[in-house]
Amino acid sequence: MMKARLEIPALRENLSQVTAFVGERLEEFSCGMKLQIQLETAVEEIFINIASYAYPENPGNAVVELTCENGTAEITFTDQGVPFDPLSRTDPDTTLPAEARPIGGLGILMVKKMMDKVTYRRENGCNILSIQKKIQ
Amino acid sequence: MIINKRTEGSKLTIHIEGRLDTATSPELSKELETALDGVTELVFDLTLLEYISSSGLRVLLSVQKAMNGKGTMVVKNVSELVMEVFEITGFVDILTIE
Repeated sequence: MMKARLEIPALRENLSQVTAFVGERLEEFSCGMKLQIQLETAVEEIFINIASYAYPENPGNAVVELTCENGTAEITFTDQGVPFDPLSRTDPDTTLPAEARPIGGLGILMVKKMMDKVTYRRENGCNILSIQKKIQ
Repeated sequence: MIINKRTEGSKLTIHIEGRLDTATSPELSKELETALDGVTELVFDLTLLEYISSSGLRVLLSVQKAMNGKGTMVVKNVSELVMEVFEITGFVDILTIE
């Protein structure tokens, strides 16, 4: 079992550090380009969401925890920002033509479709979003 | 990300190489602000695009909206991974992919 943790200010410019942290640890599982990119996409979308919306006033941190057990990677994002359950939003209508397409909501849709499992809970004043993907 | 543009009359071909993500998408967006003047035929060649996130999709969507009514926009040479993102998000139906 592998376990790693990164605590970092929830700022957009820290995205590359977060994706590098996850990418480097997944490398040892040589899970293949496709899975790596899917996980990286999910990490980017979730971290950018936190960086953009969790702390509208005073900046705060995001904690990224990665565990790998029985061939499944689980990445958990925790922030102490405003309560927000991204899974409670309705998925954007992906059948609409370009003119009618809203500009947001696509990120979390990509996360849901690319991951095996996505869960959200609010606990002790924290948003805890967790994604799971079978990588082996 | 590397952006290469080639103009032939009113046709503009844009090659995007590397990653179109939160960090690089604003650059493409800025590049396109002025580049579309007088363009009626826009081609994105994505042969060398390795990665696209929702911020990259947003740029493509706004360009598609800008081109609707003034000309055509075609997306060419999409890799398997980028195509998967287009499929999940329904972009396969919005974009003209060749």
